[in-house]
Amino acid sequence: MSKYHVTTIINGEPTEFLCEPQLTLLDVLRDELHLTGSKEGCGSGDCGACSVLVDGRLVCSCLMLAVEAEGHTIVTIEGLAHGNDLHPLQRKFLEHAALQCGFCTPGVLMAAKALLDRNPNPTEEETRYWLAGNLCRCTGYDKIIRAVLDAAAEMRGGHVPS
Amino acid sequence: MLKYVAPSTVEEAVTILASASGAAKVLAGGTDLLVQMKSGRVAPEMIVDIKKISGISGIREVDGAFIIGAATPGAVIGECEALQKAWPGVVEGANLIGSTQVQGRASLAGNLCNASPAADSVPAMIAARTTCVIAGANGRREVPVESIPTGPGRTSLKPDEFIVEFHLPKRPPRSADAYLRFIPRTEMDIAVVGAGVNVSLDAGGICTDARVVLGAVAPTAILVPEAATALIGRKLDEMALAALDQAARRACKPIDDKRGTIEYRTKVAGVMARRAASVAFERAGAR
Repeated sequence: MSKYHVTTIINGEPTEFLCEPQLTLLDVLRDELHLTGSKEGCGSGDCGACSVLVDGRLVCSCLMLAVEAEGHTIVTIEGLAHGNDLHPLQRKFLEHAALQCGFCTPGVLMAAKALLDRNPNPTEEETRYWLAGNLCRCTGYDKIIRAVLDAAAEMRGGHVPS
Repeated sequence: MLKYVAPSTVEEAVTILASASGAAKVLAGGTDLLVQMKSGRVAPEMIVDIKKISGISGIREVDGAFIIGAATPGAVIGECEALQKAWPGVVEGANLIGSTQVQGRASLAGNLCNASPAADSVPAMIAARTTCVIAGANGRREVPVESIPTGPGRTSLKPDEFIVEFHLPKRPPRSADAYLRFIPRTEMDIAVVGAGVNVSLDAGGICTDARVVLGAVAPTAILVPEAATALIGRKLDEMALAALDQAARRACKPIDDKRGTIEYRTKVAGVMARRAASVAFERAGAR
């Protein structure tokens, strides 16, 4: 079985791997590179649990072949915190208890990061639409939305009216 | 054993497709293809990834016309302000495909060649008189978008052919388009009915040109000339809207399924055509 050699940058580190052509980026991240933060929920692009950034663009890693990553820069949930310093989104998710089982959380955080990278001051409606491709079966979304808006406010240096 | 190739030129891609004689699948964004491979609905022997071809992704404006690369992701289409200004309906359709994540990959060529009757980008592209440039073993040909889908999951492309780019024509003054779809929720669903309307008005607000296209009410998106006739030569008054509604309903040949009955889809098609026409007229009148 012939394997393909793929050269990427993952979470700032030059990373090479060998993979079979039918494997998705998610398969390789989890099973080959042991970056198990990205989750497989549906495997068909409906739930968003496998969300990563490819060249800064939010994608489902289950809908991308690993070979397609050749020459691209990828950020996964493992690249969000700096050492022991959590990203503001991660801290706000803890403060607001914006998770229960946590399975969807890595994907939601990556999607929220992609939103705030583009729009530091999204409305609640914009945030809800942006995150519509991230399914959470526990929280009912309200806490997630509040945590994202609060993190955005903190990152802008302001405060959210209580 | 699956093979993956990523040619860097159109000619190379055509040669590969021609020699694969039908066992290859063209990969753009992959948001439909990967799902179908996983479910076993398609089992290609070879994947031809066209994204390494120069110019296959991106948008160019040439003398008021637009050229959109076949593999340009929806997110890039949505971020192009000049395109959004000239063709708001085409952008609306493209941006309704899937989630933010899917928008990061999904392309117009993929949405068209997947050939779902409910494809959101297709009615607006047809209404806009979009053409696509197809490369194949016999060279290039340019055809209207409506000639590509021939039925659910089927296209008129030959095994050695793929779409390279889309062309959107230059617009006369006071022209605008709109695309609306009906779904029973607010996001993340497949159109029960879609309607794309493209109009040009004269200085007095009278319609001089129109194209009306319906999605999800027939085996392919359908251009409805009778619905355009209902608009041309008129302002958008109650009479024009009623004639448009009737023409749209008459053109429907929908199926009954879990998303809607034949009767429901037919009625909603009239409503969506009216609403899309209202948005297109309003936009055109504001120019």
